[in-house]
Amino acid sequence: MGLIPALAGGRLRRSKAAACDEDGELVARLRAGDEQAFVLLVSRHHAAMLRIACSFVSSTSVAEEVVQDTWLGVLRGLDGFAGRSSFKTWLLRILVNRARSTGVREHRSIAVGDVAPAVDRGRFDASGAWMSPPQHWVEDSDDRLVAEALTGRIQTALGELPERQREVIMLRDVDGLSGHEVCEVLEISEVNQRVLLHRGRSHLRQALEAEMAVLR
Amino acid sequence: MKLAGRKELVCQQMVELITDYLEGVLPRAQRRRFEAHLSGCEHCTEYLEQMRATIRLTGRLQAEDLSPAMREEFTSIYRRWRSEES
Repeated sequence: MGLIPALAGGRLRRSKAAACDEDGELVARLRAGDEQAFVLLVSRHHAAMLRIACSFVSSTSVAEEVVQDTWLGVLRGLDGFAGRSSFKTWLLRILVNRARSTGVREHRSIAVGDVAPAVDRGRFDASGAWMSPPQHWVEDSDDRLVAEALTGRIQTALGELPERQREVIMLRDVDGLSGHEVCEVLEISEVNQRVLLHRGRSHLRQALEAEMAVLR
Repeated sequence: MKLAGRKELVCQQMVELITDYLEGVLPRAQRRRFEAHLSGCEHCTEYLEQMRATIRLTGRLQAEDLSPAMREEFTSIYRRWRSEES
C-alpha cells in the first residue's frame, strides 16, 4: 500500500490550523495561475491521497490514476470551491467519489462490516470478567527492531481489515482527520464512523497483541 | 450492546465501550460507570492503554513522498489543463 514506517520518534504533525492556512495560501496562488503552487499542493496531499485511493481500488496503478484524475477535477472545479469546508476535506471528498466511481470494486458492501466482538468471548468468564486478561505491553519505542516489527504488523493488519474499517482508520489514525471530517469525506454518519473505528482499532490491537507475544 | 440500568459494567462490556469513551461520546452516567470500573480493574486499565498504544503506533505509518517523476507528471497535468482552459 505504499506505506513505510517512520521509525525515529514518530511522525511530526504540524498544527491543523497552520496546515489549513498553508493550503489556503497555495489555493489562492493557484487561482492566480501559479504552476508551482499546484505542484506544492500536490506534494502536500499526494501521500495521503494515494493511501486512501489504495483502500478503494485493487492496484496502486489504478489508485495513481484516481489521484491524477482527482487533481484534474480539482483544477476544473476550483472556481466552485467556496471554502465552506477545508481544502483538504473538499479534496478528499472528490477523491473518494472518484475512487468509488471507478467501479473497480462496485460490489463492495456498504455494511458496517463484521460484528465480531472486540475481544474473543472465550477470554471472559460467564460473568463477563477477564479470564485471560491482556498482558502488559513493554513498548520500547527506542528499540528500532521492535518499532519496525510493530509498524510492519500494523501495516499487514490494516491490509486485512474490511474496506470500510480500513478507510476510517486511514483517515482518522494515519492521516489525523477529525471524526467529523471523516464523516464528511466518506459521507457516513457519526455513529457509523465510530462503529467502524471501533472495529478497526480493536482488530489492530489484537494484531499487535499477537506480535507482542512473539517479541516477549 | 444493551446495558442494564444501574448495574456495574463488566470487562466484556468495557472493551466494547472503549472507543465511545475515547471519543468522548459516552453519556455522563455511563462515563461515570466506565471510569468507576477502570479505577478498580487493572486488566481493563491495561486494555485501555493498549488501545491508546495501538492508535499511537498506527499514527506512525507514513507514506512515501512525491517522487521527481510524479512531480513532472503533475506539472504536465497542470499544463494540459491550462492549455485546455485557454
